[in-house]
Amino acid sequence: MESFLAYTINGLVLGSTYALTAIGYSMVYGILELVNFTHSTIYMVGAYLFYIFVTLLHIPMPLSFIFTILATGAVGALNERLTIRPLRAKNRPKFAMLICTIGTSIVLQNVFFLLMGSETKQYPAIAENQSIAVLGFHVTVVQIVIVVSTVLLLAAFTFFINRTKLGMAMRACAQDTEATELMGVSVDQVVSMTFFIGSALAAVAGIMGCMSYRSVDCSIGAAIGTKTFASTVLGGIGVFLGGVLGGLIIGLTEVYTAAYIGSNYRNITAFIILILVLFLKPSGLLGKKVIKKV
Amino acid sequence: MKIQKVKKGILPVLLIAALYGIPFCVKNQYMLRIGVYVCIYSILACSLNLISGVCGQVSMGHAAFYGIGAYASALVAIHFGINWVVCVIAAAIAAGVIGVLIGIPALKLSGGYLVICTVGFGELVRLILLNWVSLTRGPMGLVNIPRPVLFGVTIKSGSQYMVVALTLFLLIYLILHNILNSKYGRNLKAIREDEIAAETMGIHVHREKVIAFAIAAAMAGAAGSLLAHYMLFISPTIFVGDFSTNILSMVVLGGMGFMPGSVIAATLLTVIPETLRGLDKYRMLIYGFLLIGLMLGKNVSWETTALGRWGAGIWGKIRQRRGLKEGDGKV
Repeated sequence: MESFLAYTINGLVLGSTYALTAIGYSMVYGILELVNFTHSTIYMVGAYLFYIFVTLLHIPMPLSFIFTILATGAVGALNERLTIRPLRAKNRPKFAMLICTIGTSIVLQNVFFLLMGSETKQYPAIAENQSIAVLGFHVTVVQIVIVVSTVLLLAAFTFFINRTKLGMAMRACAQDTEATELMGVSVDQVVSMTFFIGSALAAVAGIMGCMSYRSVDCSIGAAIGTKTFASTVLGGIGVFLGGVLGGLIIGLTEVYTAAYIGSNYRNITAFIILILVLFLKPSGLLGKKVIKKV
Repeated sequence: MKIQKVKKGILPVLLIAALYGIPFCVKNQYMLRIGVYVCIYSILACSLNLISGVCGQVSMGHAAFYGIGAYASALVAIHFGINWVVCVIAAAIAAGVIGVLIGIPALKLSGGYLVICTVGFGELVRLILLNWVSLTRGPMGLVNIPRPVLFGVTIKSGSQYMVVALTLFLLIYLILHNILNSKYGRNLKAIREDEIAAETMGIHVHREKVIAFAIAAAMAGAAGSLLAHYMLFISPTIFVGDFSTNILSMVVLGGMGFMPGSVIAATLLTVIPETLRGLDKYRMLIYGFLLIGLMLGKNVSWETTALGRWGAGIWGKIRQRRGLKEGDGKV
């Protein structure tokens, strides 16, 4: 029983990082109907930038944290500006955007691979392995920080989406891009902001994920890609907070699988869940069924 | 009429003769090795082109079918010791059947969903190959794969294997060429252009997609068999996701839906990295830029990316000169 609770906490921690990453997928899909393959690589970029700021440039951690979020957000927005916007402007077929994001993801991953090398590096940590006893079992400080900051960020994000003008513009774009443009909203700016916010959240997820594993390398993006996308689809793609629910479920399932079935199978679970969801309820748990129209 | 028919047949015959000339003229083992790889990658690129280029269903799990074919063929050969031809057929059937099984649920999806699903499938297959140690020997890989024996001759030398690989490639190319010029091929193009319109025209969209996926998977499986009996050693590290990206790059560079383009692109993307060994580190980076650049380039639509654009133009001129209609049988 005690170990079950410990697994549950691990699952929630893992699920939190998935949830934060899933929001970026969901937002971009909601507005552009595009699966942004660069997003999982952005997760890696965020994690790496934090490593560079803290370990290589010796910038204090809170400051590095802010720098990383801004820089990763900028990378995401720049990516949108350089590759997605020209394609949107020229009204290219959808496969063009898709392949373009695959290309960008390969480029980003290999740039970091060439600059930083392929070996796994030790990640900076807050509060060296300190743990607190809560109700008879041990929780590390990092785990508490991860869960608390995820909850705070999600609250802030929900407020932003529902209560601010930009958030309203995003929701409008998700419903009907053309009508939103006609209402005088700059869709280009909204899309840019979407990429910025999605990437910033992915950066936070990347930092926290790497902190809990205490290591970083260039392939973490590829590893997390399918899992976070599975979370997004499970929750209902396009529903901003659906990915959060999906992320937690996938995180928990993964940890339980690793614990009770075998750690070799942990990476397969997300894919099996993805296939099952797509087979049984493609619109996801919270999604609405979309009918294709001419 | 007769003369025209003869004229029409001359170019392909000359081309095929020239291709068969390569293994007999080239004695350099290294060059022949590249030749065999060009054949294998051309099969992969052309088969992926059928599903992704012609039918418009972008798949990033092609390396998985390649791997399934390679392992199926190698296991059949090791455990039962039967003729290589049977192994190739077994590989194609194994990959094709799994193609149908995964295609039925996966092809209900489109666009990015399908891509992620195929990426996941590729990863799943790699993990199974890695973890099913009793069958695949896991990370140690399969060793002692027998060399193919055809008509009582053991295929040992590079030039002999090149002939075998070339024959299989030409056979598969011929099948694809005929598919594209059939009613079924036109159905696939109709699905690519507009699924709903195709469905109203009485095309069974989902079924046609699954069949195309299965054909492509079976062909990739055959390519896998070709690899297994050439390398004589296979391990899961060959069939990684990056490799699927390489094949997709070939298809995109060659022009989606344009078969000769895929062959040219497969040749270029195999020969260039070999000649520029020092650039090996930058290979994936260059592929990435290639994908972005080709998509951002001018006039991107089906069949008109990069090589496809020039290729289709030159192809059209050749056909015009030979008295054929523009676009007639264009693949």
